Amino acid sequence: MNLWKDFSNGLLKENPTFRLVLGTCPTLAITTAVFNGIGMGIAATAVLVGSNLIISLIKKVVPNEVRIPIYVIVIATFTTIVQMVIKAYSPALDKSLGLYIPLIVVNCIIIARAEAFAAKNPVINSIMDGLGMGLGFTVAITIISAVREVLGAGTFFGMQLFGANFEPALIMILPPGGFLVFGLSIAAFNKIMSLRKV
Amino acid sequence: MENSRFLVSSSPHIRSGETTQRIMLDVIIALMPALFAGAFYFGFRALTLTATAVVFAVVTEVVMQKILKKPVTVSDLSAVVTGILIAFNVPVTLPLWLVAIGSIFAIAIAKQCFGGLGFNFINPALAARAMLLASWPVRMTGWVKPGADAVSTATPLGILNVGEAAGQALPGLWDMFIGNIGGCIGETSALALLIGGAYLLYRKVINLRTPVSYIATVAVLAFFFGGFDSTVMVYHILAGGLFLGAIFMATDYSTSPMTPKGQIIFGIGCGFLTSVIRFYGGYPEGVSYSILIMNVATPLIDKYTMPRKFGEVKKNA
Repeated sequence: MNLWKDFSNGLLKENPTFRLVLGTCPTLAITTAVFNGIGMGIAATAVLVGSNLIISLIKKVVPNEVRIPIYVIVIATFTTIVQMVIKAYSPALDKSLGLYIPLIVVNCIIIARAEAFAAKNPVINSIMDGLGMGLGFTVAITIISAVREVLGAGTFFGMQLFGANFEPALIMILPPGGFLVFGLSIAAFNKIMSLRKV
Repeated sequence: MENSRFLVSSSPHIRSGETTQRIMLDVIIALMPALFAGAFYFGFRALTLTATAVVFAVVTEVVMQKILKKPVTVSDLSAVVTGILIAFNVPVTLPLWLVAIGSIFAIAIAKQCFGGLGFNFINPALAARAMLLASWPVRMTGWVKPGADAVSTATPLGILNVGEAAGQALPGLWDMFIGNIGGCIGETSALALLIGGAYLLYRKVINLRTPVSYIATVAVLAFFFGGFDSTVMVYHILAGGLFLGAIFMATDYSTSPMTPKGQIIFGIGCGFLTSVIRFYGGYPEGVSYSILIMNVATPLIDKYTMPRKFGEVKKNA
């Protein structure tokens, strides 16, 4: 039961994007298409689960004073692996995410979960936490990128949705649209969460 | 001690009969000459566009205030002003659904999401214009020549920007003054806008500080940037939305500074940014962006121009 709690924590109660507002840089930068959103979500989840696993395993031997550099090395290792895998199997995704794959190293979600959860909890719980947080992040940026792609390009997953008469609102796939959709979806998420409690 | 029954309430002690509704009504009256000029030069469609923008602005205000469970305050007419200003900031060829989207964006996002009238940090009408221009750049620059035959044309600033080599001659100064040129519905006629501005000054709704410092800064900088040519200077004053922006949008109460010194700084800042965008930026026109940028700087300006209290001594003098 405890494992389930650790897993579901990242989905709603502490959703990294909508509740903790972490990892906003990739959230704003790459959510211009659903394909990018899902790709970034899966890549970050893979790094998160791996780094949570290792950091939880080595938490007894890491000296407290230098823990952050050690976490970063662990995270960078997994990020490099993920980047090579993406390069090998999905060059298209590598091309559209570009710099944002290596930037997963400094993604606040991953370092925050390492510091706040994996360094204090057993291995299995840390993996579940990583999965839950990763899934929460993936779902959140997929929602944002779906809204932006449909309104800003008139497509969903690259498929044309509307007829030729539809004129997409370019602003939605430009940076201001990212902030707009991000802010409005946080508002909607908070509203839904406040309804749940009542 | 014998007067202890008298309570001293905090200021203000003297209230004027001025209401938001009355001020907004004055602004609407002042906008009418420009609306007539727009309808005269661009045809009946200018009125249809304006009506659409106003209706959608008012309806959005009601809906948003119902959703947010706030008192419905459409009777203060501020949404009507926003609607008219949005329509004034678009070309007459814009489809009606686009101006409706602009109105919804202005009221729902730029105004009500930030707390409604008096709390919005940027001018809603200009926010809508910036959004429309970023989203549908081709639609938003579909200028036509005044008259029934709707020949597409460039704005005077557009011609200045690409140079007269493009084959279009600059219109005469008199045409630019009365508004017989291509451009947005409400911005072309400097004469009509000046009449409206004079009315607002007479009603003491606005003061001269921001408009004069704004237009003067543009004039001086256009004279310098334009190679000390006074014709260029006059063109830059009359062209584009300078009068519309300086009289009606840079003087918006909630998004411009309150202190007299601050209002002058605001006007100079707008003028400087407008000139820089016009001469060195990618866009031919910079009035809307310059006012938006200065809107964001307004709290800072207010903070540094706060009047000193009586008897207060300057620190670290």
